[in-house]
Amino acid sequence: MNLEGQVRIPSGCAIAAVISKEGKRMTGEAITEAMEPMHDRSNGLGGGFAAYGIYPEYKEFYALHFFFNDRDTRKNCEKFLKERFEIVKSELIPTRKIPEITDEPIIWRYFVAPLKSMLVSMQLDESEYVARTVMKINTEMHGAYVFSSGKNMGTFKAVGFPEDVGVFYKLDEYEGYSWTAHGRYPTNTPGWWGGAHPFTLLDYSIVHNGEISSYDANRRFIEMFGYKCTLQTDTEVITYIMDYLIRRQGLNLEETANVIAAPFWQTIENMDDEKEKEKYTYLRTMFPSLLVTGPFSIVFGFNGGLMALNDRLKLRSMVVGEKDDKVYIASEEAAIRVMEPDVKDVWAPAGGEPVIVKVKEGVDL
Amino acid sequence: MNINAKNVDYKDLNEEIRNVQGDCTVSECLGQRFMAAGMSDKTITVTGIPGNALGAYLNGAVIEVMGNAQDAVGDTMNDGEIIIHGNIGDAAGYAMRGGKIFVKGNAGYRAGIHMKAYKEKKPCIVIGGKAGSFLGEYQAGGTIIVLGLCDDTGSDIVGNYPSTGMHGGKMYLRSDCKNIEFPGQVSVKKATAEDLKEIEEDIIKFCEHFECDVNEILNSEFTIVTPDSKNPYKQMYVAN
Repeated sequence: MNLEGQVRIPSGCAIAAVISKEGKRMTGEAITEAMEPMHDRSNGLGGGFAAYGIYPEYKEFYALHFFFNDRDTRKNCEKFLKERFEIVKSELIPTRKIPEITDEPIIWRYFVAPLKSMLVSMQLDESEYVARTVMKINTEMHGAYVFSSGKNMGTFKAVGFPEDVGVFYKLDEYEGYSWTAHGRYPTNTPGWWGGAHPFTLLDYSIVHNGEISSYDANRRFIEMFGYKCTLQTDTEVITYIMDYLIRRQGLNLEETANVIAAPFWQTIENMDDEKEKEKYTYLRTMFPSLLVTGPFSIVFGFNGGLMALNDRLKLRSMVVGEKDDKVYIASEEAAIRVMEPDVKDVWAPAGGEPVIVKVKEGVDL
Repeated sequence: MNINAKNVDYKDLNEEIRNVQGDCTVSECLGQRFMAAGMSDKTITVTGIPGNALGAYLNGAVIEVMGNAQDAVGDTMNDGEIIIHGNIGDAAGYAMRGGKIFVKGNAGYRAGIHMKAYKEKKPCIVIGGKAGSFLGEYQAGGTIIVLGLCDDTGSDIVGNYPSTGMHGGKMYLRSDCKNIEFPGQVSVKKATAEDLKEIEEDIIKFCEHFECDVNEILNSEFTIVTPDSKNPYKQMYVAN
């Protein structure tokens, strides 16, 4: 079978998310059910979830989730990991056998800490060291694929409909303060386990509904900085753009949103505030190759929060609702109403207008 | 007759609605798309959240939704009426060519995109609140009315780039539109009493549905937007 990266078929999709601003943890049941009314936005070739705050007992360690094609690959990969990390726990990720999900690879997780001696000799900080290791495994180790690599968070994804993927991974047994979800309708690539959303690097995760026209331009730029886009899946490049702008360039979330969904020059020209004008001009001039064009609605997850963003022309739908400590985001209002029937004032953010929700400061996650 | 839509698939739900003799209500709707598509002969009252493309190809039936609706309400509708007692998502009235849509609240992006008219077919959308960007994009006919009622935000009545590519029909905005930038191929004027006469009937209907004051609305300043000429593309490519 041709995998992602080998074939390009010229995506409708569904996204949903929920976060508690108080950092209260909830099981994955509600977010799984939220995907049901949006069933027809996916075609069964990919579903996935990112969950934050699910591994409090291992929160000092990077949780590496792996797909392995076979046992030998896992053994070899484990040998490689041991040279670079202290492995504090290694286990099969628990799953339920259900008829809707078949042909699963070996799905494994390691909780690891980078070896101090390696960090010193390579003169890297922890996160860069982990990111490079993930890139190395995903590009060089055939049959092994890291699909989650953050601390106190995890991604769960598969080929199937999202509501089935949630049941398969027993998400009702995890508790997180923030969840994102995705149902896939691949239009460019054939769909395999690694190609399902969310796409992650460290604790950054992206779920995406859309089709990025600027993929190649973005990819060429980001690959200059050590990122490797191997899947031809446009969402992958957004994850790396977020990592590059936030972690490596030190931009804040609003600035990042203003790079990837930059206002039109005409809109900038008409701004009254000179300082604002200068800021937007600066961002567009500094990072022209990271402007993402074409239709998209995304939810970006990170430790402590979420950001939702539409393309500046708003060619995909996205609504936001709020009740008590929780904020809900979804492609359709119906999905929000599943999670909270009494949500008040469901509203649609404008194109290019980021919605940023963070857990209150001082809450121990 | 009431149809409970809870956990009913959209195809089965439409089948049930189609089989009802006379009017019906649909309760606990949650995201079922294409509701009442192509139907012509009944009044359907909906509670819950209908899915995308509510009343697509509607051909004379009346749909009343007691809350919000999602994207593409009245996609390509031909005749009938859709009444929404809440807000609607993007691309409402997409390519509609007849019938009327009344919305109490706000509309998302691209309301009335490519709506058109032909002979006696004159579609109309009345939006009680505000409209998002690209209102009436490529509008080729019919009437789009935005009232900007219940405004507490102070934002403009319509987002960016209204009437982009408009080449037919009329757009009425209950505002002086002084902050709004329109494209070059449309003419933007203060609506006269004669202009307002043309939409009086639709405003009266809107007020009946949502219990508002007709005179208060009609006595306000409206801006009317129409294409600049009968052939806005004249000499754009060749001298014709």
